[in-house]
Amino acid sequence: MSVAGINVLVEETRAIQAGQRPPLLALRDVSTYYGSIAALRGVDLDVAEGEIVTLIGANGAGKSTLMMTIFGSPQARSGTITYDGRDITRLPTHAIARLGIAQSPEGRRVFPRMSVYENLQMGAALHDGRFFAEDLEKVCALFPRVKERLNQRAGTMSGGEQQMLAIARALMSRPRLLLLDEPSLGLAPLVVKGIFDAIRELNRTDGMTIFLVEQNAYHALKLAHRGYVLVNGRVTMSGTGRALLDDPNVQAAYLEGGHAGPVGA
Amino acid sequence: MATHPDTRATATPPVLTVEHLTMRFGGLVAVSDLSFQARRGDITALIGPNGAGKTTVFNCITGFYKPTEGMLTLAHADGTTHLLERLPNHEVNRTARVARTFQNIRLFQGMTVLENLLVAQHKPLMRASGYTILGLLGLKGFRDAQDAAIERAKAWLTRIDLMKRADDPAGALPYGAQRRLEIARAMCTDPVLLCLDEPAAGLNPRESAELNGLLRHIRDEHDTSVLLIEHDMSVVMEISDHVVVLDYGQKIADGTPAEVRSDPRVIAAYLGVEDEEVEAVEAEVGISVPHGDDAHTGAPA
Amino acid sequence: MAASQTALPGNAMAGILRDAALYALVTFGLCVPIIAYRTDPGPGTELVLVPRWGLVAALCAAIFVARIVQRLVLLRRDARRALTPSPAQATEAVHGEPDAGQKTSKVGLSLFIAVALTLPMIAALATGGLSSARYWIDLGILILTYVMLGWGLNIVVGLAGLLDLGYVAFYAVGAYSYALLSTTFGLSFWVCLPLAGLFAGLWGMILGFPVLRLRGDYLAIVTLAFGEIIRLVLINWTDVTGGGAGISSIPRATFFGIPFTAGDNGFAATFGIPYDSMHRLVFLYYLILALALITNFVTLRLRRLPIGRAWEALREDEIACRSLGINTTATKLTAFALGAAFGGFAGSFFAVRQGFISPESFNFLESAIILAIVVLGGMGSQVGVAIAAVAMVGGPEMLRNLGFLKAVFGEGFDPNEYRLLLFGLAMVAMMVWRPRGLISVRLPSVSLGERRAVSGAHVSEGHG
Repeated sequence: MSVAGINVLVEETRAIQAGQRPPLLALRDVSTYYGSIAALRGVDLDVAEGEIVTLIGANGAGKSTLMMTIFGSPQARSGTITYDGRDITRLPTHAIARLGIAQSPEGRRVFPRMSVYENLQMGAALHDGRFFAEDLEKVCALFPRVKERLNQRAGTMSGGEQQMLAIARALMSRPRLLLLDEPSLGLAPLVVKGIFDAIRELNRTDGMTIFLVEQNAYHALKLAHRGYVLVNGRVTMSGTGRALLDDPNVQAAYLEGGHAGPVGA
Repeated sequence: MATHPDTRATATPPVLTVEHLTMRFGGLVAVSDLSFQARRGDITALIGPNGAGKTTVFNCITGFYKPTEGMLTLAHADGTTHLLERLPNHEVNRTARVARTFQNIRLFQGMTVLENLLVAQHKPLMRASGYTILGLLGLKGFRDAQDAAIERAKAWLTRIDLMKRADDPAGALPYGAQRRLEIARAMCTDPVLLCLDEPAAGLNPRESAELNGLLRHIRDEHDTSVLLIEHDMSVVMEISDHVVVLDYGQKIADGTPAEVRSDPRVIAAYLGVEDEEVEAVEAEVGISVPHGDDAHTGAPA
Repeated sequence: MAASQTALPGNAMAGILRDAALYALVTFGLCVPIIAYRTDPGPGTELVLVPRWGLVAALCAAIFVARIVQRLVLLRRDARRALTPSPAQATEAVHGEPDAGQKTSKVGLSLFIAVALTLPMIAALATGGLSSARYWIDLGILILTYVMLGWGLNIVVGLAGLLDLGYVAFYAVGAYSYALLSTTFGLSFWVCLPLAGLFAGLWGMILGFPVLRLRGDYLAIVTLAFGEIIRLVLINWTDVTGGGAGISSIPRATFFGIPFTAGDNGFAATFGIPYDSMHRLVFLYYLILALALITNFVTLRLRRLPIGRAWEALREDEIACRSLGINTTATKLTAFALGAAFGGFAGSFFAVRQGFISPESFNFLESAIILAIVVLGGMGSQVGVAIAAVAMVGGPEMLRNLGFLKAVFGEGFDPNEYRLLLFGLAMVAMMVWRPRGLISVRLPSVSLGERRAVSGAHVSEGHG
């Protein structure tokens, strides 16, 4: 069975699901401002339970702002964000995190003076460490590098290692919805492959819903069930990952010039 | 992908020679007995897994760390050499003329694009301003020097396509433009060796391709050799003349991009298997029944 | 959209009420120890507690209502903003407050200079005589001294981003330099003035050398300690400094050698005008004005020179500076020494004006006020510092004149007693509405096209 065949199958499942119940995360007409400057302008976006959704767009299009807006920092100035049927638009960030959303934010943001182990404990704080041992084993298997460095201060690790830790820390909270902002940034090719495999695996076996922003559009679209294209704070296109990959406009704007992959250029 | 004839290495001395470099932090050995050379006029890439010690090597070369052991020799075209490990931090740029950029961009965000490029020309401008005293009087010599500095900045702004944003704060630029500006700022110090720490990180494929063009221009049109750390293989394999691979602080390979790419040790430690093979594995995993008891989600079964 | 808008109030109103109730509760908690009881002298020697629960209730109610009103106003403003999206695009340049700040700066500075130049005349005309204008000219001198100190410290804190909590030490060095040189060696003010600046600058270097390796909080603590050390030395080194008693009968300023006396070789006689004791004061006023303007001019000039740009670059990112070959230690030292030198000039002016100095004039509160002037003004902004100095020094003086408040609060009310309270309130208000100071924009030192201000959001405040 080919990859494309599986994608079609996934799409069918999703279509059925979409009809059955509301999406896990839904943004309706969301606008976010920095001072008087609009960063997001009327964004509509859905993420269904069990889906991998990716957001692609140029630098400065507002992708990270969208991530942060879901997390309530900054809060959307207008529109609504619902999660699991609940309006979270005006909730403070910590309250949103308690609902089972975790994020590996832009710029890593590990706690530099705490050890790697303590960073992971912070990630697991939501569950009072009940699943800590089990989850620690899991993320260590995913990132052997993190395991090697458990007792080191996080700030002394290399940039790529901190990136792994940020993702590992997000996973420690056992999120229902995982937000990843450029997970592949600064990582070695082998690790990037590992992360994309892990995302797929988490989605398949644990049913984790994943929303990711990637500069590496080719890999992200190949991985995702569905994708959105963000241009100047607006969603201009959406569709299945495969459909966007095949779209000539997307190819011209986000795929050409580098890893062309099997997409005809 | 230029491969140089072997004679070249002997004809011109290398711009940078790293010999037996070791860097320890407490009990942690970040770099261990590393030796390599960067040839003049080449783009040399330093690659390797995360945490292999690449940035540590950069920090040693650019004077931010004092190496525990080893010798770093930088040779100028006129034959003068500088021992980088003995120079204070800022002198590495001032006298040895090594410039660098940073993994997490370090621009002067609240200053304009133009100001960023003028700060980089601090040394000649400071001299022209008579260490401030003559400049305070507004003498012509200083004004001429300042005009020349602005002209130089303008040339770079045209090159990196930021002329229109010259008077905007650097912090307001999109990410890709900030990366380009940081490179231009480093170039404004007129370096012999330019060290770039992950210049393509966070760039989309199109921006990466533009970066390749910029780096080729620097190598071919200026008397500047380039040393770069990068994970984006579309950059490394296309533009570098020479690749050094690190793992756990040690050199595991050293050669042309083609040689390195096919080195089994590099594949195992860093590159991983080729894309087509991944496709095959993916397909295999895809049809296998997901293990785990709660396959209640949208995962195909 | 419409549905959500109409549905909002019910839900939101409950939240607002809850929020306001919380505010009222906090007010209550604060009021209990401070306001709920008043101690009045009883018939004997004991004190009598007078409960004032009515007042507490009124205050809590007032806070409750004020919070509701504030929330509603904010809510409406947010809704309005959301309905009228700005035409600016996310990817467009973020100019922040484009030309507004620049124009305010230009107009503000000219206005400030114009008022400052003519103040003695205006005051004399308004009060009907030079002697009756004494209060205003005195106040003007006081304000200008702080403007100058603010501008001097602005080099260190605003431009170079080094948090200096001991600036008053250099002010003291300047003052004692003049006092000691003039009383022991009989040197004139005009000789002592540059020497005082030199000494202060030298002390700046001596302090700076070991200290500038520290960053942020650590630098602040060490400079704070240095300020205290200088003061303690002044108190305890009685042989030289006169200890806590200070130095008195410091020679008065002369008009370039001509004393302001009624005698034949005095100022009035030399210029053939009737003697007035105010001449000296007016001269002092113009002297400090000139010193302040020189500080301003030099600072503005330096900002456009490589050293000034290096200071600002240092504030933005020290590591990047080093990678560009800038000797950060030397750069920090020049900023520290120059700021200190201006503090020294101001100090010797202080000594010549007062004729008497003692360590009490150089306590930490002075450092705090000068730093507050710089921070409130907007770090790095010359006009902002001037405005903040007027507000911080002139404001409390104004309080003395608010006699009408007695009519409102009763005869026992002395507005001056509430000075620090109002001070604190003003500070809190500033931090809420203008957290980056009165003028938060930064003017680039050089530009290709029109000079546009850089929004404060991009500008770093330095890490020491």
